Amino acid sequence: MLREILKLLQDDAHTTTKQISAMTGISSAEVTKQIKQAEKDRIILKYKAIINWDKVEDEQVWAVIEVKLTPEKDVGFDSVAERIYRFPQTRTVYLISGTYDLFVLVVGKTNHEIADFVSQKLSHIEGVQETVTQFVLKRYKEDGEIIEDKEEVKRQPVIL
Amino acid sequence: MSTNPKGQRRKYHISQRTNQISPSGIRRFFDLLASIEGVISLGVGEPDFATPWHISEAAIESLKKGYTMYTSNSGMPELRQELSRYLRNNYNLEYNPDGELLITVGVSEALDLAMRALLNPGDEVIMSDPCYVSYNPCITLAGGIPVMVPTNEENNFELSAADIETRITRRTKAILIGYPANPTGAVMSRDKLAEIAEVAQRHRILVISDEIYAKLVYDVEHTCFATLPGMKENTILLNGFSKTYAMTGWRIGYAAAPREIIAAMTKIHQYTMMCAPTMGQVAAIEALRAGEGSATEMVEDYNRRRLVMVKGLRDIGLSCFEPKGAFYAFPSIKRTGMTSEEFAERLLTEEKVAVVPGSAFGECGEGYVRCCYATSLAEIEESLARMKRFVDKYGKEA
Repeated sequence: MLREILKLLQDDAHTTTKQISAMTGISSAEVTKQIKQAEKDRIILKYKAIINWDKVEDEQVWAVIEVKLTPEKDVGFDSVAERIYRFPQTRTVYLISGTYDLFVLVVGKTNHEIADFVSQKLSHIEGVQETVTQFVLKRYKEDGEIIEDKEEVKRQPVIL
Repeated sequence: MSTNPKGQRRKYHISQRTNQISPSGIRRFFDLLASIEGVISLGVGEPDFATPWHISEAAIESLKKGYTMYTSNSGMPELRQELSRYLRNNYNLEYNPDGELLITVGVSEALDLAMRALLNPGDEVIMSDPCYVSYNPCITLAGGIPVMVPTNEENNFELSAADIETRITRRTKAILIGYPANPTGAVMSRDKLAEIAEVAQRHRILVISDEIYAKLVYDVEHTCFATLPGMKENTILLNGFSKTYAMTGWRIGYAAAPREIIAAMTKIHQYTMMCAPTMGQVAAIEALRAGEGSATEMVEDYNRRRLVMVKGLRDIGLSCFEPKGAFYAFPSIKRTGMTSEEFAERLLTEEKVAVVPGSAFGECGEGYVRCCYATSLAEIEESLARMKRFVDKYGKEA
């Protein structure tokens, strides 16, 4: 039951309780109850819109930073990761397998700003051994949404 | 008629069998629809999904490799192999890929082939009213005579074995059934279908079963007619990829039947079609191998919208029997006192919502309209709001 509700909200956070109820057959009261509990349990972390910033005049630069860490004794990577993710510029932080340990997606107003963040803030954190910064040149897809405007393919209005 | 250089009128003498097919009973509605802008159409008859990408990808790859030539008349051997495996896994039915399966240009062609392969002039085919619009013309073109069995809302638009039996004559060649159904969305239970099978067997009549909506069922199970006792040797099973995998434009369907029947159908097919589209067949192979996940997701999505549509229609005050299959709702508009066509035309002009008059599908469709819910949630909600306004204005007693 909860899974169905979550799938609908993940696809469109605007979906109303009434709509969810109509689409699943679960009563409105039960839908509200499930959602409130999921919010409390932090299964639903937040409701956000996916924005195509390229269409807005604002300058925005994104970079993918791969970070190599020296794990701290007894706690592993968690506390270093926390020091990194507490910076609001870091939008996504993952611990990954492979050559590098952390995948960090950073946003800033200019290349310069990001470069400064890496050299002055990120690299200075104890435990950060090495970083590789790659600037995002073009975004094709964001969190499941295709960014490029696609021509709408129209169906025949009536097919018997 | 047209005028030649001497100013004389010329008649083309179109064939009698073509003239015999009545033109669409709702031509006026179509013309009206074409003339109005900004219409929300619930008259569509296909999925609103594009074909799942991995299926299109497989076809694109094959085009790059140059797979653009004819295939075997019966269809690519790999496709028939996959299909045989699919029928075994899904229904426990054994069809030999060599000789008992034929890949066709959509179920539409398979239906046409079945009729032309079986019917002699004057042979009768029994089917339900209302039914899919192609059934009658296919039979008539093949020289046969359609025999209609009325079905109604009270019995969930199911075909009754007893009603079929009273219409059997010495000329009855086949019973044509299409469940889940277009336009009603009706699904028949195994028991009720078994009753029809029993009648067919007793009278030694073939059954042609159009199961194109087999996978689009909600909270019920689809019964493949050929799985009923004694029916594998007496059924021409028709199905395809259009609705399950959102592959309507690719034009791929199939027939599974006893060897002699497939041989007859293939004989016609090889002369009239050569083979089904090659790239469509490649896509179909991919669909069978890896398409189940995408198909299931689409069905779940249709179900959500089905619930919204049916509830919405009932909230408006239109009686709507619960459709358990396909993607159509078939509400009754009798409380407005209008005919189906009148309702559809006025809803179109006054509220810019298009629904298909039930009368287009047969006499028993009069008093109903077909609403397709394979469209976005936003469009369904908006069209329901407009329909509510319309019904509030014209509805008589509740």
